[in-house]
Amino acid sequence: MRHVALTVNGVGHELELEPRELLVYVLRDRLRLTGTNVGCDTSSCGACTVLVDGESVKSCTMLGVQADGTEITTIEGLATDGELHPVQQAFHDHHALQCGYCTPGMVMAAVSLIDHGQATSEAAIREGLEGNLCRCTGYHNIVVAVQAAASAS
Amino acid sequence: MSATEERTAYVGSPVKRREDEHLLTGRGTFVDNMAPVGTVHMIVVRSPYAHARVTSVDVAAAREAEGVVAVLSAADLAEDWKAAMPCAWPVTEDMRNPPHYPLTDVARYQGDGVAVVLAESRALAKDAAELVEVEYESLDAVVDLATALEDGEPLAHPDLGTNECYVWRLDTDATGEAIDDAEVVVTRRYHQPRLIPNAIEPRAVLAVPGAAGDVTLYAATQIPHILRLLAAATLGMSETKVRVVAPDVGGGFGSKLDVYAEDLLAIALARRLGRPVKWTEERSENYLATIHGRDFVTEYTLAARKDGTITHCRARVHAAMGAYLQLVTPGIPLLGAWIYAGPYAIPNYSVEFTGVFTNTTPTDAYRGAGRPEATYVIERTMDALADELGIDRLDLRRKNFHKEFPATMGSGLTIDSGDYVASLDRLLEHLDHDALLAEQARRRDSGAVKQLGIGFSTYNEMCGLAPSRILGAIRYAAGGWEQATIRYLPTGSVQVVTGTSPHGQGHETAWAQIVADQLGCELDAVEVLHGDTSVSHAGLDTYGSRSLPVGGVALCYAAEKVIDKARQIVAHQLEVSGDDLEYANGTFAVKGSPDKEMTVAAAAWAAFAAHDLPDGMEPGLEATATYDPPNFSWPGGAHAAVVEVDTETGDARLVRYIAIDDVGKVVNPLIVDGQVHGGITQGISTALYEEGSYDEEGNLQTANLITYLVPSAAELPSFELDRTESPSPTNPLGVKGVGETGTIAAAPAVINAVLDAVSHLGVKDIQMPATPERVWRAIQEAKA
Repeated sequence: MRHVALTVNGVGHELELEPRELLVYVLRDRLRLTGTNVGCDTSSCGACTVLVDGESVKSCTMLGVQADGTEITTIEGLATDGELHPVQQAFHDHHALQCGYCTPGMVMAAVSLIDHGQATSEAAIREGLEGNLCRCTGYHNIVVAVQAAASAS
Repeated sequence: MSATEERTAYVGSPVKRREDEHLLTGRGTFVDNMAPVGTVHMIVVRSPYAHARVTSVDVAAAREAEGVVAVLSAADLAEDWKAAMPCAWPVTEDMRNPPHYPLTDVARYQGDGVAVVLAESRALAKDAAELVEVEYESLDAVVDLATALEDGEPLAHPDLGTNECYVWRLDTDATGEAIDDAEVVVTRRYHQPRLIPNAIEPRAVLAVPGAAGDVTLYAATQIPHILRLLAAATLGMSETKVRVVAPDVGGGFGSKLDVYAEDLLAIALARRLGRPVKWTEERSENYLATIHGRDFVTEYTLAARKDGTITHCRARVHAAMGAYLQLVTPGIPLLGAWIYAGPYAIPNYSVEFTGVFTNTTPTDAYRGAGRPEATYVIERTMDALADELGIDRLDLRRKNFHKEFPATMGSGLTIDSGDYVASLDRLLEHLDHDALLAEQARRRDSGAVKQLGIGFSTYNEMCGLAPSRILGAIRYAAGGWEQATIRYLPTGSVQVVTGTSPHGQGHETAWAQIVADQLGCELDAVEVLHGDTSVSHAGLDTYGSRSLPVGGVALCYAAEKVIDKARQIVAHQLEVSGDDLEYANGTFAVKGSPDKEMTVAAAAWAAFAAHDLPDGMEPGLEATATYDPPNFSWPGGAHAAVVEVDTETGDARLVRYIAIDDVGKVVNPLIVDGQVHGGITQGISTALYEEGSYDEEGNLQTANLITYLVPSAAELPSFELDRTESPSPTNPLGVKGVGETGTIAAAPAVINAVLDAVSHLGVKDIQMPATPERVWRAIQEAKA
């Protein structure tokens, strides 16, 4: 077991982790933050995307012990004071989710893309979201929503 | 609101979904998010061989491992099953259906379960599963559908003496002319690859034992009602002891329309252990253990007169069943059986399906189920026939469209409504066809590396499963009705209970729109409940684009009953005859005395208080309607794809995609467009990217998201959508299904476009998916 201290959505946690525990399972099983979903076992789908020190990371590609000392934002930490984050609001306004399973990861990836100033065109958004798979929407409305959120920011 | 005031209808409006907020904020209720105290985690040990006899299962080491609660093999659980795994569709009297059970001692596909390990955590269960020692005697496997019926091929089920599951035929001989005597006959052969559905939420189940021999099964399923029925039957339990809950479900596309081994294992083991048992599928496991779709080899023939009048169509289909028959495996071809003439009036009709066993993951419903397989061969062969006749491919389509509705097809069923000409006209308004043709000519003349292709698909489909009598006639075990309950609560809130079970389709929003309009109340006053068999007692669930045209229509009939009862209450209280009341917008007004009125909500309070009801009337304002549709639902439309093909690399890229669909009246255009976007994408992906393939030994070669390409946003363009509208005359909403139209229409449009881009180089055929390698090879072969 290894001692790990990390901050998730502004809350500090001290954990004793097995070295093999993936960050996504630390979030889901240890901290019960189940908004971050698991969609694959090959780091392909992006459903588990979170922000680690502001960078978008597939949380299945990172061990919990590697997150020692980091600040993590998950989908649960995005809305503030009951107000949806502009990306969440844009997803709602433009019907950019259907089943909602890829949505937390997709939203986090989009937030990162916009924060880094990379959501500059439809093509850039499509390339920027390449690591996040959705099987319901055909991405059409996701791209529309991210464009809308990016132009409002 | 008074009865005479104008009220804006919710139906037809792009109401934003009430489902979204919790999903956007990480509060989804997906099964894997649940963790009751005391939960035991299950891992299934699976055969690495496609065909093998299990000679021994040594569980000793696994049982000793840390945290292990139980390790069981097929023999240990044999007494738990009172019936084999269910198949609800024996399509012929003599169909072969070898029994199979949740665990086996003869593996017949790679991934067949041979043992289970239960432990205190998923990680410990996985560790222990590695310690289960299974000895196998490898047997010869039959893998290739195209050759599986040849003499000397290995048999998936040696006891049967054949790999043939069934042969099913539908023939009409309307004109008495032989197909081979026709003036022009075009026959083409197509393989439609095996597809792996890949709902982004893998399957998951959690079985929680109750105190009275009962079990609640939380399941990532499309079919809580059917699952309750068949789990009870398979386990020998009373249905009263099985409650199935489908919480948020992360997509299905048919893959969660099944009764799976793990559902039954979880229930059986929860009962044995007296503890909650949870199983969550891993993605790579999903590739083996969840049903696949398609895998058809089809020879399709169109015969016509020289003027382009099509006289015959004939399909000879071999359909892979996989190793066993799952819930509706053998029926999948039949779901397309009546539409092998597409939207065209073709009098002579002949379809023959041969179901074939192979040592592969069972196939079953995947988006479109039987209809994409039909549309694909029709629309590709229409282009080939147009070539052969020297007639423009759109003119050939126009000439042969059904133009009068209702239209009885060569196959015998009747299309309720449509306007295929209008859809094609609308498509051309959007396409700018002449400019595209000019650009194509320019690139051809200049020998450009990137050539342009334009492909079309004009289609119809039958969905909205389904009239129960027809289902009975084609040997499906159950009916196709749907149930809805509308219940006024005392203060005027409305509870709607539906038998449909959404997993991304937005029923909570759309059903509220329908009911709010019927009852003249605010949208927010209507709550929609679903997906829990203890709340929704009866229903037949969500698949086959049935939810709106069957379940949505049931809402209307339930509302009608509520309004009828309210009318009697209002008439009684206002001391007038019911005939003297006019109903509109949730309010009854006395004819000729517009100031004398009473709302349905006020009647609901009166029904609750029950102080002053008509003699003999039961208190409460609530009604249930069960609706059995008189016909299938018949959407149609016209799609076009524009592709660029790099003739040096073979890379085909979609440049534009235009879809004109006619799905009758639209309840929520946001949701309908979303369904079309997603449907199209799965069709495009079928055409260009996806193919599940096995090696000769039956090892799945495309066994995860790295080796099987599910497209990302980067592979796709934005889509151009529009609609024409032919309301269905068979239901009061005028609605049709929409969930599968895109998938049914898109693949042939894309492949026709790819072929169009390289036809001038002499390429005549490219099979799906049109990968760069396939396209490049086709170009090289044409050159040689």
